[in-house]
This record gives sequence, structure tokens and C-alpha cells, in this order.
Amino acid sequence: MTTPDAVPPPAPGPVPGLSGAPGVAPSTAAPGAPSPRPGAPALALQGLWRRFGDKVAVAGIDLTIPSGSFYGLVGPNGAGKTTSLSMATGLLRPDAGTVLVHGVDLWANPVEVKRMLGVLPDGVRLFDRLTGAQLVTYAGLLQGLDRATVAARTDDLLAAVGLSDDRDTLVVDYSAGMTKKVALACALVHAPRVLVLDEPFEAVDPVSAANIREILHQYVAGGGTVVVSSHVMDLVQRMCDHVAVIAEGHVLAAGTVDEVRAGRSLEERFVELVGGRITGEGLAWLRTSSD
Amino acid sequence: MVAHLVRLKLTLLRNGLRRSPWQVVGVLLGALYGLSVLGLALAGLVGLGFVEMPLRGDLLVLVGSLVVLGWWLIPLVAFGVDATLDPRRFVTFGLPRRYLVVGLAVSGLIGVPGLVTALSALATPLSWWREPAAAVAALVGGVLGVLTCTVGARATTTVLAPVIGRRRVREVVAALAILPFIFLGPILDLVADGVGSVGGLGAAAGVLSWSPVGAPWALAPAVAAGDWAGAGLRLLIAVATIVLAVRAWSWALDRTLAEPVTAGGESRARGLGWFGRLPATPTGAVAARAATYWVRDPRYAIAVAVVPVLPLILAFMSPDGGGVLVAGPAAAFVLGWSISADVAYDGTAFWTHLAAPVRGAADRWGRVVVAGVLGLVGSVVVVVGTVWYADRWDALPALLGASVGLLLAALGCSSVVSASVVYPVQQPGENPFGTKQGSSAAAFTSQMVGFAVTGALGAPTAILAVLAVVREDALLGWLALVVGAVLGTVVLVAGVRVGGSMLDRRGPELLQRMRSFT
Repeated sequence: MTTPDAVPPPAPGPVPGLSGAPGVAPSTAAPGAPSPRPGAPALALQGLWRRFGDKVAVAGIDLTIPSGSFYGLVGPNGAGKTTSLSMATGLLRPDAGTVLVHGVDLWANPVEVKRMLGVLPDGVRLFDRLTGAQLVTYAGLLQGLDRATVAARTDDLLAAVGLSDDRDTLVVDYSAGMTKKVALACALVHAPRVLVLDEPFEAVDPVSAANIREILHQYVAGGGTVVVSSHVMDLVQRMCDHVAVIAEGHVLAAGTVDEVRAGRSLEERFVELVGGRITGEGLAWLRTSSD
Repeated sequence: MVAHLVRLKLTLLRNGLRRSPWQVVGVLLGALYGLSVLGLALAGLVGLGFVEMPLRGDLLVLVGSLVVLGWWLIPLVAFGVDATLDPRRFVTFGLPRRYLVVGLAVSGLIGVPGLVTALSALATPLSWWREPAAAVAALVGGVLGVLTCTVGARATTTVLAPVIGRRRVREVVAALAILPFIFLGPILDLVADGVGSVGGLGAAAGVLSWSPVGAPWALAPAVAAGDWAGAGLRLLIAVATIVLAVRAWSWALDRTLAEPVTAGGESRARGLGWFGRLPATPTGAVAARAATYWVRDPRYAIAVAVVPVLPLILAFMSPDGGGVLVAGPAAAFVLGWSISADVAYDGTAFWTHLAAPVRGAADRWGRVVVAGVLGLVGSVVVVVGTVWYADRWDALPALLGASVGLLLAALGCSSVVSASVVYPVQQPGENPFGTKQGSSAAAFTSQMVGFAVTGALGAPTAILAVLAVVREDALLGWLALVVGAVLGTVVLVAGVRVGGSMLDRRGPELLQRMRSFT
């Protein structure tokens, strides 16, 4: 935060031209000075690879997520979204590649970087024998916040996601949507600079989803950066300002939403990029009420 | 319809076998086991034919009643073990309930236990080859007995499904179900003493023969004894049992299909609990979380439940009093070792630690503190109690030293073990009797190595303590206490250091392993 030295402008690597922050991909991540660099992108993924057995889940992903952006990550099932986001948040070690959060190498300085990150992973359990309030408190204390701050923020967050009435209920008894909401509260409790959310709207009802979107928009307006993955193109098109399309472990397109969709709807563009559309003419017998 | 359900069950079995060759091996072993049980049952039935009359009938009634009770009660505890034909899966099909009831009852017999039970029951006439009339009655009784087993099992599981389906109830039942196994030795002794006298056996069989579980098997003995009124009444009881069971089952089935069971029974806890009381640091938070889980998670609660049982078992095993003194150090070891699979117990929820800027050492200390306090309090109470029971107050320092030494060594070693290996464990709320595939090798190796290392590191203290107790040497006892405290502290600090840095380096790999289990 306080390093006053100017960001070196040369950017030797081919920075994706579509992204909104040209020329700020530092190829050397000064390991001795793990303080965030002003002007660096909020999140820079450089050449990320990850294999599981014989299957290459992520095959060299480069992404630059500008500071202050609301970034959507879309892709078909099994595209490598969850794997990429896990590597970007310190939950999964990449086979190759670097992750820079505000210019600091995540895998070289995990403790410093994790203070800047708020994470909501998909497909994992929570410590669900705690009550909602205890779980958020736990997340805050693990981040090193003091008791008074944690208590105040827990109340605020539970109210914001609509769980004030269920604060004393065990998380194991929450519905799927409530579980997502309490996990989001856990991700926000330490006021991170970058928020990485994997499928945050899955199983969340429309009203809660609208509330969450508002929270996220306020957070971005306040200078934060949000990365969300989603299957719902419509949602990403309306909510995000940047988007990247991922399929089979590669980035197919990335940039501002308008650049990527190029005059069409994001869904049409997505289907065109990813392919695999099957026309529904074969099922003639489905028309049972034809007469 | 019945044929459909039977065929469905067979298809499910066959497809299950296709998933892995080990499943085939498992089923083959099960079938072999079933065949040997069947062979034993048949041999026993033929052999019973040579036993004198009242005893022959009593034995049949006793064994038959046990089999029926097993069918009725075991599925409640091991609920979900065979849910291949769960009636709730047929909700979306418009099936008449009558078909469903008959089909499920018959298909319940497919499988090793069902076939063994059915064939053995139908073979009961073998015991009555000298009395043709009784043999016919035995065949009728056998058919009724098998129906009582399968229909009764369906009735108990379906009627109690809403209760058993509740998380809390299931956890408590599953936890309690372990107790008989812990007490198995003493219980067997008691049963052997009670039944050893033929009089007790006859009395038990007499009562059971009038009960729903024993009536079908009492049919043939009554006929053989010429007690036709008794036979008629037993027939009535057996038939009434089956009719009532079918009624109860089909009533419960209607209710289940109309109102699907939900986990239900929300649990609430006011305030922040331990999170408000322990220091507001990452270590304090981990400790608060661990303390909460020791109370709310049955997997930990079982470790605590074992502690008061240990001295009781030892007292049973060596009534002269000396052996009971081992209970304190043993309790200390059990509680210290109880966190040896702590990361595996967290499961994928461990990501919470990984995503936060928590040092591995803070994670280790938080878990150690809670288990350590519990272990210290528990073992001191047990040591003082057993010393009082055996009236060996001179052994107090030695036993305290051994307990503290073993507790600290076990805590240190388990801090390393739990950071180095994860394997599939029962997740909270799962049936503790269900086995996890692929767990055995890693679990077994890490536990054995950990045991050996803990034993080696605790040996100096333990040897001093044993010498002190055997020789009644006070000086050696105090020496054991000092050595236990010092050596234990060294092991603990080293274990937490090593485990913490392993967690720092290999945390993401552990999480990845646990993600691949699901």
C-alpha cells in the first residue's frame, strides 16, 4: 500500500489486448517486498497449468483482472473454472504458472496475500456444526481481526445477507441457499481487496440474489474487485463489466463484456465460442398435444 | 409388478458389481460367508433332531427369536446400508401401494442375509424328521418366520423413518450402538453365566415363544408335544404379527410418500459459545472451534465416552485390583491420540483454514490445547479414582507422570500424523458402521506408525512409572512425573513445530486429497 516507487512500465509478456489494464503485468514479482503495488491488476494469472492424473484441467490460462472490476468467468461444465479459481486463491497448487494479487505472488507469500483475498469456493463443506454467527466469527478471528470488529461485522453481514433470524441455527440445518449466503458473509468479514466467488448464486432465491448483487456492486463501487464464476450468461451480462470465456482449460475470449459479446447477447456469443449446440428437432414425439 | 421389483433389485446388484472388481470380491466373500453360515445352520438343524424334545424346541425358539430381532433392529442402526429399493424413490411413479408392499417384501429377501435366513427357516422341518406332524408345522412356522423377518424389518424402518431420519436422533443412536461392542466381553460373560443353567434357557424360551418374535418357531414344538391349543394360539400370534406389520408398514408408507422425510429438528445454540470466551486470536479461534466440535460432533464425543468405560472394563478383567491402575495412562493416551485424524475429520471444510492467513502452528496449537485440557482433566480424574479404588496412594505420582507423559507425547505425534496423512473418514452425521472405500491402507499405516512412535517416545516415562508402581518406590514415582512432564513437553513442542510447517507446505495437497474423496 505504501510503496511510493512508480510501477515499471515495460511489459515484455504478451498481455491480452482486450483486457482493460494494458501494460501492467509485472513479470518479476519482487519476492523481498510483499506489499501490494499500486496500479497492479487486482489479480493476474500467468500461464497456469494443472493436471489431475491424465486429464489436463487447466492448460495455460492467462488472465488479467483489473483493479476495481466486476469480472465474470463463464464456461461449460468441466471447463476448469473451479480449478482456476482454486489456484488463484491458494486452495490448489498449480503445476506451473504464477498468481499475482495486486502485484504480490500468492504462492511465494501466501500469508500476506490471503489477507487481501476473500474466497467462496464451490463443492466444499463448511464447519457446519457451528451456528451461522459462530462461523462468521470464526472466519473473522482466523483473519486476525479483533473481537469487537468481528462482532460488529458479523452482525452487519448477517443482516445484509438476511440471516439475522437464523444466526443461532447450526449451519448444517441451513438450506443450500442459506449456506451460500453465510459462506459469502465469511468471505467478506475481513474486508478483502479482492473477492473470488465460485458459483455464488447457485441455489440462492431471486430476492437474496438481488441483495447479494447489491452488496457486490457497493463493494466494487468502494474500490474492491469481484471475480465470480457462473453458468448463467444473462446474469453475468447484466452484472459484470468484464468477462472471460473458458472452455477445456483455455481462455477463449476475455475483456469487457461489450468487447466479448461483440454486439450480440453473451449467450449467443458463448455458444458460438464453445460450440456443441444440438438442435432439438429429433424429439418429434414430445409434441403430445399437437391436435 | 413383484417380478419388476425383484428384477430391478438384481439389476442394481449387477451394476454395482460392474463398478469395480473389488465389489465382486466383496460379494463373493459375502456369499462364501453366507454359504458357510447356511451350512452351519443346516448341520445344526439336523443335529438338533437328535436332541431331546424340550431342549430342542427351546433352542429353536431362542435362535429364531434372535434372528427376527436382528432383522427388525439392525436396519434401524445401520439405516441406509441397503437403500437400493427405498420406497421414496418410487414416489414419482403411480404405483398401487399393494404391489409396492408385496414387491418390496419379496425383494427384501434378495441378498446374502435374506437368502440365508429364508433357506434356513424353510429347513427347520429337518429337526423334526421323527415327528411328521411337527415337521409340517415347522414348515408353516418357517414361512411365517421369514415373513415376520422381512415385513417386520420394512415396518420398523418405515414407521421410524421420520424419527431416525432426524440428524440428532441418528447420531445418538449410532453413538450408543457402539457401546455394546465396547462392553462385548463383560456382556458375554453375564449372558453365559445366566444362560449356563438350562433352567434359565428354558424360562427365556418359554416367554419368547408367546411373543411376536418367537411364536412362529414355537409352532412345531407345541405340535410335537401334542399341545394343539398352544399351537393354534401361536399360529394366531404369528399371523396377527404379520398382518399388523403389513398394516403399520403400509400406513407409514402412505405417510412417507405423501410427506417426504426431511432432516428436521433444527438445532440452535444461543450466543457465540466458546468463541466469546477464548482469546480472540487465530489459535484461540481454532481452539474455540475444536471445543465446540468436541461437544457437538459425535465422532469426538465417542472418544470422551470411552474414558469412563476404560476403568470399568479393566476392573472387570482383573478383579484383584492391580490392572485398573493402567486406566489413567490409557485414558490419557486415547484422548491425546484422538486428534490424530483431525484434518481428515474437518474434511473439505479445512479450506477455511487454508484460505485464511493462518500459520500451521496456530492451527496445531488450537487443536492441541482443547484435547490437552480434556485429556489432562480426564486422566487425572481417572488416575485419582483408580488409585482410590485400588488403595495405592503411593502410586499417585508415578501414574500422574505416566499419564502426562503419554498425553503430551500422543498430542505431539498426532499433530504430525494429522498434518501428513488424510484418508476418508465418516463425515459428521454419517453412520459410523458404514465403511469408506480406500480408507484402510493409509489409515492403518499412519495409525500403526503413530502408535509405535508415541510408544517409543513415551517409553522412558512408562518404564519408570511401572517400576515405581511394582516396587512401590516413591522416589522413582516422582522421577517418572518429572521425566513425563519434561520429555512430554519436548515431544509436544517438536510435534507442533513439525506438524505446523508440514501444514504450511502441504495444506493445499491435503485439501486436494480430501476433495478427491467425494
